Amino acid sequence: MTSPTSQASTSHTQSHSATGHLPPVAMQFDDALQQHDACRLGMWLFLSTELMLFGGLFLAYTIFRIAHADVFAEASQHVAPGWATVMTALLLTSSLTMALAVQAVRDGLHRRATVCLLLTMLLGGGFIGIKLHEYHSLYAEHLAPLFGWPFGYSGQQDASLAKMFFVLYFFMTGLHALHMVIGISLLCWIMVAMIRKRDARRWSTAAEMVGLYWHFVDLVWVFLFPLLYLIRPDKWF
Amino acid sequence: MDNAFGLLPPAASADAARLDPLILFLICVSGFMSLLIAATIVAFAVRYRRQARVNRSINAQANHGWLEATFITVPALVMAVMFAWGTHLYLGAVQAPADALQINVLGKQWMWKFQHPQGQREINELHVPVDRAVRLKMISEDVIHDLYVPAFRVKHDVVPGRYSTLWFTPTRAGEYHLFCSQYCGSKHSEMVGRVVVMSQSDYAGWLAGKTSNLTPQESGKRLYAQYRCGSCHKTLPEIGTCPPLEGIYNQRVPLADGTTVIADEAYLRESIVRPQAKIVAGYGKEPMPPFEGVLTEEGILDLIAYIKSLSPNVEKAAP
Amino acid sequence: MTEAIVPPEHHYLNDGYSARSWLLTTDHKRIAVLYLLTITFFFAVGGVAATIIRLELLTPAGDLVQSETYNKLFSIHGIIMVFFFLLPVIPSVLGNFLVPIMIGARDLAFPKLNLASWYVFWIGGLFTLWAVVVGGVDTGWTFYTPFSSVYTNTYVIATAAGVMIAGFSSIFTGLNFIVTIHKMRAPGLTWFRLPLFIWSMYATSVIMVLGTPVLAITLTLLALERLTHVGVFDPKIGGDPLLFQHLFWFYSHPAVYIMVLPAMGVVSELVTCFSRKKIFGYKAIAYSSMAIALFGFLVWGHHMFVSGQSVYAAVVFSMLSFLVALPSAVKVFNWTATLYKGSITFNTPLLYALGFIGLFTIGGLTGLFLATLAADVHLHDTYFVIAHFHYIMVGGTVMAYLGGLHFWWPKITGRMYPEVWARLSAIGIFIGFNLTFFPQYILGLQGMPRRYHVYPEEFQVLNVLSSAGASILAVAYAFPITYLLWSLKYGAIAPANPWNAVGLEWETTSPPPTHNFIEQPVVDHEAYNYAAPAQDSPQPIALESTAS
Repeated sequence: MTSPTSQASTSHTQSHSATGHLPPVAMQFDDALQQHDACRLGMWLFLSTELMLFGGLFLAYTIFRIAHADVFAEASQHVAPGWATVMTALLLTSSLTMALAVQAVRDGLHRRATVCLLLTMLLGGGFIGIKLHEYHSLYAEHLAPLFGWPFGYSGQQDASLAKMFFVLYFFMTGLHALHMVIGISLLCWIMVAMIRKRDARRWSTAAEMVGLYWHFVDLVWVFLFPLLYLIRPDKWF
Repeated sequence: MDNAFGLLPPAASADAARLDPLILFLICVSGFMSLLIAATIVAFAVRYRRQARVNRSINAQANHGWLEATFITVPALVMAVMFAWGTHLYLGAVQAPADALQINVLGKQWMWKFQHPQGQREINELHVPVDRAVRLKMISEDVIHDLYVPAFRVKHDVVPGRYSTLWFTPTRAGEYHLFCSQYCGSKHSEMVGRVVVMSQSDYAGWLAGKTSNLTPQESGKRLYAQYRCGSCHKTLPEIGTCPPLEGIYNQRVPLADGTTVIADEAYLRESIVRPQAKIVAGYGKEPMPPFEGVLTEEGILDLIAYIKSLSPNVEKAAP
Repeated sequence: MTEAIVPPEHHYLNDGYSARSWLLTTDHKRIAVLYLLTITFFFAVGGVAATIIRLELLTPAGDLVQSETYNKLFSIHGIIMVFFFLLPVIPSVLGNFLVPIMIGARDLAFPKLNLASWYVFWIGGLFTLWAVVVGGVDTGWTFYTPFSSVYTNTYVIATAAGVMIAGFSSIFTGLNFIVTIHKMRAPGLTWFRLPLFIWSMYATSVIMVLGTPVLAITLTLLALERLTHVGVFDPKIGGDPLLFQHLFWFYSHPAVYIMVLPAMGVVSELVTCFSRKKIFGYKAIAYSSMAIALFGFLVWGHHMFVSGQSVYAAVVFSMLSFLVALPSAVKVFNWTATLYKGSITFNTPLLYALGFIGLFTIGGLTGLFLATLAADVHLHDTYFVIAHFHYIMVGGTVMAYLGGLHFWWPKITGRMYPEVWARLSAIGIFIGFNLTFFPQYILGLQGMPRRYHVYPEEFQVLNVLSSAGASILAVAYAFPITYLLWSLKYGAIAPANPWNAVGLEWETTSPPPTHNFIEQPVVDHEAYNYAAPAQDSPQPIALESTAS
């Protein structure tokens, strides 16, 4: 499955190993190829721990969703699926620009890499922006049961159970947003480093790893979106 | 040897009589295996110590496949016996007999409250007749507790928010320890008491001598009137805004979302504390207020006892 | 002895003496030493709590400390010992030191991550210690809800945060090991030439990487319930108390294997070296480690046989629990068979290894009582369970750790430990351990529940016996700490290979140079290729020095 990319990177690393443009090989590794493979395996393992982390959360969500089905359906009408759809679109597009950025970094296309990274960060930033807007409007509606903020739920269903939905909503999307912020910071770090050194290919491994991470975080959102927003959509914006 | 040479507490229930041979079997098997392995290690260690002049030649070509297969199959067979025996006893002890004496148990930090069918209440002491199945219906008011009677070899967690059951048939009169065995806070180790097993006639005498409180059913009836349940749950043929309660216990009830549910104790409890959770088909336009925090767990037990008494035909078939 | 042993001129220990050269090191060997000190500290903290517990239990009445204090003591004992000693002890100390050397690598794949894991461990540790100092926590190490999430007013959130943060250190270590073992083996070192210690570290790492995040999310949900009072686990507000137990044991049962699998790896190394014989059933032992890691994830429900989970689930969990016992049995038989026709010397590491096999066997067999459904109904949450897991974790893991520490002490420090003292302590620990914990099996059979501050008088005799054993155990534990420290200055200089053992770690100097090997080693043989013992019987140097 990964063979085309790994072969591509293999041929790159080997053909250019004398030019010094590649990521520097750390002491513990024999060569750039071993280093690259180790990094990639490490990243996949890291993502598998992330999967278990979100997996446990999704499991808990599922159990409460089944136990209090009507409450969750009603409470979810207070979040805006329309905005979430826009966010999904932004995030999916950012995955495309991320993939293009990784390719550009690998090929040493400095300008193109910078533009793609910048686009990815902007799309990610847009996502966070809408998210904050959504948090704020929930706060204004007194539906943010955090930090002792006032909470008032008016609906047919039990308010204390509806609170459960909002706590899970903030926790799950908050954890996801935290991952997004970390991702944006990493992208920022790569871009600044790349601009300063004027040497894209040095960061190819780093860009690839951040790319894997970015796609994973996108994927988490693809599950969060239907779970939290599309139970019984009422008003879209 | 009904206490297995002092290793086990006195055996005072039918469960103990069934379980003790299994525990002895487990002790014997593990004792034998531990000694066998220890003896083998010591024997090898002494015989093949560095200074010893012994034949150490091994056939390097030898295939040890059969030996390794033995290493797997022998323990597997022994374990299969343990599994089958243990599971047989466990499954056999799930269902309480229909004519069991039902006692309500309430666990709270840090005491046990018991109530007998005729209404007698006791705290941290449980009197039961010998040779009669006793079924405890248990619930906790706060954290998880666990009712454990070592002499009966039974224990079960007492969980808040749901009924759990434990049953046993005492076989020997006497006094036995009653423990809370699930850690429940500061005075966990003082949440103890005793079970007094009496002859059937002594038990009847004890019941008679005890100042009789209202039976659960009678207290339930009072609560029912006090909270004016009957103003919505009307008696047929009158139609109220809430479903009638006569004869519903242990019946299959159609729900508003198209599914059905058996109206057992768990469902009745849920419908009292959180009525919106499972609404009966055709009702719910005027929602019933939740009684969470309004009624005590004892009150809920009493109400359920009363509702059950409205279904006289199924009363005996309590699961 | 023919010639004096000269220590190597340059090694990792004299590569810089400044605090900075230690605190910012990325050398896996130095990080292992940092962990060694840290872990010993936490062991002492947990041990002090255990001492007070055993003193309190001398009498049936609660006369030494109050029940609140007692509950905090056993909680602290459990939390510190499990999360800050047993889980990290072998991977972080011996594993960190040995994994790269045993596979012929210069360091772990991610040295900075390795250093970060130590700092993260300390941050977690400080959270927990802070919670202990300002008021403690009284939930037990299992944090059962709704007691922990609603009812107790002790420092649950700080403790849970500490445990969760320390968990990330465990994830970092596991991730590092897996990548290193996959990608950085020396030329010729194929999977089936790896030492069994490496196999066990690999299996352990898989559990660390996949299990620990679930614990993190479980503890976060617990904190969430405490903070927002929303019903996650408390049924009064719409939660599910059993959900916590499912999530908690989904991690914490495999965590038992994080504690014992590395111990099994150590014992495989020790038994084969001191019988000077290839291990019996290499592949069976290697596969059984992996089998334990995988099946270990499927047996959590056996902690919940009396909790009210479905009867059918209980039957399935019971069966799977028996299945996971099989690979352990296979290992015990294989170690025993390895001794057959060996050429055995009774150096301290082997004494610990043999002690491990005996105690682990008893611990494992009594585990079968608890996997048997009907028997568990009687024994669940009694002292039988306490005795069972102490036989596995202390009789197993700690014995193996001490055996391994003695075995590799010359490699780590460049000094030999005093053999006579070491043998005496090994025997003392074995006796003290059995005296402490065997009576607890009988207490459990008789029905004494665990976590009891006061208890009925008929249990006193066995409790006094247990406390007496504990005092022997405490003294015996103090011995190695003392003489190992003494050996740093006064111990004999260790040769590169004091045990005439095979394995890459013995092919480099003692202590090894900073990058482990002067030349890249190449492997062309299987592990444990000891020459046929009948012909070859050189006396280990350490043995000579004490035999005279």
